[in-house]
Amino acid sequence: MADFSSRFDMPSASSSDSAEAAELQRLIAVEQQKAQFQAQVHNFTDVCWDKCVDKPSSKLDSRTETCLVSCVERFIDTTLAVTNRFTQMVQKGAH
Amino acid sequence: MDSFGSDFSSGSSSGKMDTGTIMEQVKVQIAVANAQELLQRMTDKCFKKCIGKPGSTLDNSEQKCIAMCMDRYMDAWNTVSRAYNSRLQRERARI
Repeated sequence: MADFSSRFDMPSASSSDSAEAAELQRLIAVEQQKAQFQAQVHNFTDVCWDKCVDKPSSKLDSRTETCLVSCVERFIDTTLAVTNRFTQMVQKGAH
Repeated sequence: MDSFGSDFSSGSSSGKMDTGTIMEQVKVQIAVANAQELLQRMTDKCFKKCIGKPGSTLDNSEQKCIAMCMDRYMDAWNTVSRAYNSRLQRERARI
């Protein structure tokens, strides 16, 4: 019976439904962005661990910390450099 | 009457799960996936660092190495996370 009456309310129910769906979409997009960030951190940590950490010790010393930070920065710079140059190469090839 | 009620999942009269419940489940699933990713990569790195020639068991030094390695890997993960976050904020400030 309650379901039956909500069927009659359909016009107002569907506008609040679509508002709720839009809000849900927005919230999920936020979580997706957070998840993408985490995924990138996993990738960077993977690569930069190999570059910066040789023997696991009782603490990350400052040299290793600096290396890790630099590694992230330079990896991002490399990604940008590769993307930019590749774009240029593709554009040149198009002529 | 019964099949009518069972077409809808939760107890709410609109018959849908509310946004809060859905978002809780989404966040939990993302957190679980993140932890699995972390464990897989950590295990890989620490196996490489700590186990030389695989013996018949993990000896004491190998176990200690694994424990230290795990701590260092998580430290590295946090360092990378902070560095990436800083870089993203810097890039956003430029736009």
